[in-house]
Amino acid sequence: MLIKTTARAALIAALALATAAAWPRAASAESVLRIGMTAADIPRTLGQPDQGFEGNRFTGVTMYDALTGWDLSSADKPSVVIPGLATEWKVDESDKTRWTFKLRPGVTFHDGTPFNADAVVWNVDKVLKQDAPQFDPSQVGVTASRMPTLASARKIDDMTVELTTREPDSFLPINLTNLFMASPAKWQHFYDKAEGADAKAKSQAAWAAFAKDAAGTGPWKMASFTPRERLELVKNADYWDKARVPKIDKMVLLPMPEANARTAALLSGQVDWIEAPAPDALPELKQRGFKLYANEQPHVWPWQFSRVEGSPWNDIRVRKAANLCIDREGLRDGLLAGLMVPATGTFEPGHPWRGKPTFEIKYDKPAAQKLMQEAGFGPNKKLTVKIQTSASGSGQMQPLPMNEYLQQALAECYFDVQLDVIEWNTLFTNWRRGAKDPSANGANAINVTYAAMDPFFALVRFLQSGMAPPVSNNWGFINDPKFDELVKKARQTFDPAARDAALAELHAASVDDAAFLYVAHDVGPRAMSPKVTGVIQPKSWFIDFSPITMVP
Amino acid sequence: MLAYIARRIVYVIPIVISVALVCFLLVHITPGDPLVAVLPADASQELAAQLRAAYGFDRPLPVQFGLWLLRALHGDLGNSIATGRPVLAEVMRAVGNTVTLAIAAAVIGFTMGILLGLIAGYFRETWIDKLATSFAIAGVSVPHYWLGMVLVIVFSVELNWLPAVGAGPNGSNSWGWDWAHLRYLVLPAITTSVIPMGIVTRTVRALTGDILSQDFVEALRAKGLHERGVFRHVIKNAAPTALAVMGLQLGYMLGGSILIETVFSWPGSGFLLNSAIFQRDLPLLQGTILVLALFFVFLNLLVDIAQAAIDPRIKRG
Repeated sequence: MLIKTTARAALIAALALATAAAWPRAASAESVLRIGMTAADIPRTLGQPDQGFEGNRFTGVTMYDALTGWDLSSADKPSVVIPGLATEWKVDESDKTRWTFKLRPGVTFHDGTPFNADAVVWNVDKVLKQDAPQFDPSQVGVTASRMPTLASARKIDDMTVELTTREPDSFLPINLTNLFMASPAKWQHFYDKAEGADAKAKSQAAWAAFAKDAAGTGPWKMASFTPRERLELVKNADYWDKARVPKIDKMVLLPMPEANARTAALLSGQVDWIEAPAPDALPELKQRGFKLYANEQPHVWPWQFSRVEGSPWNDIRVRKAANLCIDREGLRDGLLAGLMVPATGTFEPGHPWRGKPTFEIKYDKPAAQKLMQEAGFGPNKKLTVKIQTSASGSGQMQPLPMNEYLQQALAECYFDVQLDVIEWNTLFTNWRRGAKDPSANGANAINVTYAAMDPFFALVRFLQSGMAPPVSNNWGFINDPKFDELVKKARQTFDPAARDAALAELHAASVDDAAFLYVAHDVGPRAMSPKVTGVIQPKSWFIDFSPITMVP
Repeated sequence: MLAYIARRIVYVIPIVISVALVCFLLVHITPGDPLVAVLPADASQELAAQLRAAYGFDRPLPVQFGLWLLRALHGDLGNSIATGRPVLAEVMRAVGNTVTLAIAAAVIGFTMGILLGLIAGYFRETWIDKLATSFAIAGVSVPHYWLGMVLVIVFSVELNWLPAVGAGPNGSNSWGWDWAHLRYLVLPAITTSVIPMGIVTRTVRALTGDILSQDFVEALRAKGLHERGVFRHVIKNAAPTALAVMGLQLGYMLGGSILIETVFSWPGSGFLLNSAIFQRDLPLLQGTILVLALFFVFLNLLVDIAQAAIDPRIKRG
């Protein structure tokens, strides 16, 4: 009996010991999210990422904050601008080029130094003030063009900063979502240690060092970085927004530009999450229990019409006919396997800048044919139009098959569509040169997708006559006083609600004018392991990684 | 021999300069804006001009070439426009990964190729020859990116034995010759090895067959030399040509394969070239092409010298 009791006690003790030994391990098991990006390299980590909004998504809004941010908390409502490192802001009533931003107290950079007005001025100067030691030309391109009117920054007190614009511009708070705040102290530390022939060389060396060991104020901190291979981020437990302290411990970003490679990596369990899975693998991914997410993005896949003299698109009946001749639902359900949202303008219903257009963009072939006949075309007299496009490219979705689909659809409305397919970077360069340039090669429309995050990117650069080449992207030389007036009104309306109303008016006018052939919005498809939970895919280019959890 | 080596080195200099000139011009005459990686299309003219001047793209082409060559001679290939990182460091890191892959692929491809070639050559016109030759033809004919995908589907997705992409486990910042790293190398190395394997098999088979049919082999056998001795003579006679072929193949592999490295997300020179092209990152593109071209030239030089060392007739030629 004694032996039995002793044996039982020993067994219980052993079990207790084993459990006790195992329990701390289980409790401290690190949760890691591994993501396969579409980028071929880790987007730049030094504060202003490259690689478009994929860069901002992974190395911008993760490690850094800006004065203003995007509300990424809902999958249903369009993402709108919310306070970030600034808690409030207002424009000077007597001088509408001067803005005051109140800064969020108690925020520190990852290196422990405080975020304050000096840091804001330093970060504005890094891209605007050419004689500042921290000025970095490589960060200018991806910043200055996204806030084209920002002129300077001045400290008022530790927690207040004044920003000035070259002209009154109510879009500034939206544009500022692109200016990420890097730690001046950390940079200075690298600058002081840097070797170089002159200040410029030292500055370059400091930025190179900073990129390897960066410090922002964001919810994720840089842990380790291997260029072109991986970036490891760990959660910032001290993040100022306690609701957005990440729930997982570590996030590993892996560049995988090839869609099939990304899909294979997910299927083999090498990663937990991939951006843009190969479309033909979607059924298999679903069948194997992987989760698929997609949502309308502020993105437009259009034909941008030439409006130069002699262009067939100068006749509004022709522009409207093209818009009514496309079966967008057919394109979505067939060719794109559901991975698009039919476009009825730059913004869809529910968006604060949508407005109330009277021209309804939908599939109505008889109405399109009638308009074309009124314009003098028919089965025996087709209208020849030439479109410049690319075979691939960032955001271009599937340009060739999609354009061939449009070619067939428009043929039924008496269009003879000719495609001029060129390399993506060349197309991108030609976009800037405009329809009158020889590089347009006689094309009277161009197919370049665009991001519609802010009013300048979404509307102004295309519709305002002053944005015609070489200034900006009004490729087709649209010159309509109505648009110019509405752009001015929107820019100079500083009450956010009234500004949104003015933008809605501008957007409605552009739809009523059938300014573009609006075709599709991308949906940012991503696939992930069933272990990944808590994902909210907003109507945005970005996503908040903070609420994500990993089921063991 | 020393004079021969010196002569060959002198021949290399104009080749290197020509290569530098061609790769500089090639990337400059293609359409598109060199600042496309950092300059959005909606950037103002002022900003574009400012950045063009900052990167020196506003200078005449001959000046740009002269400055670039001068810096290159000092080991400075400039900074990548897209990442701001020094091009030389980017290229050398990528080349290091490609060399790792090429060595593994060469070991597999050359060993298999020599073995199959010798067997096929010795057993010419038999079923063994036909089998080995079919294997070699398949090796050079099959699209290697397709083979890579098949291997990934079988060994990564279905069997889950080997990783599908990447060059090392998370947390690892450099290559190591342990199983944790080597398992990442297996599939890309096998995929890369199939073409050299096929080419070497066919070359060695042809050489072996040709040598075995020559009179001196009969003479050796008539003199009573055992088959192992004959084999040694066959190897010695086949070696210079086989070595030249293998050198070229190694050169191709060291150049990196854009397709294979992209399929496996292997961060080598092909992968680097791919992103440099897509981002139109001119300094990176020029630097990568230059370094790869120099590798190729250098490798050819080594092969020539090795050939001369093995076969004295080459020196006289």
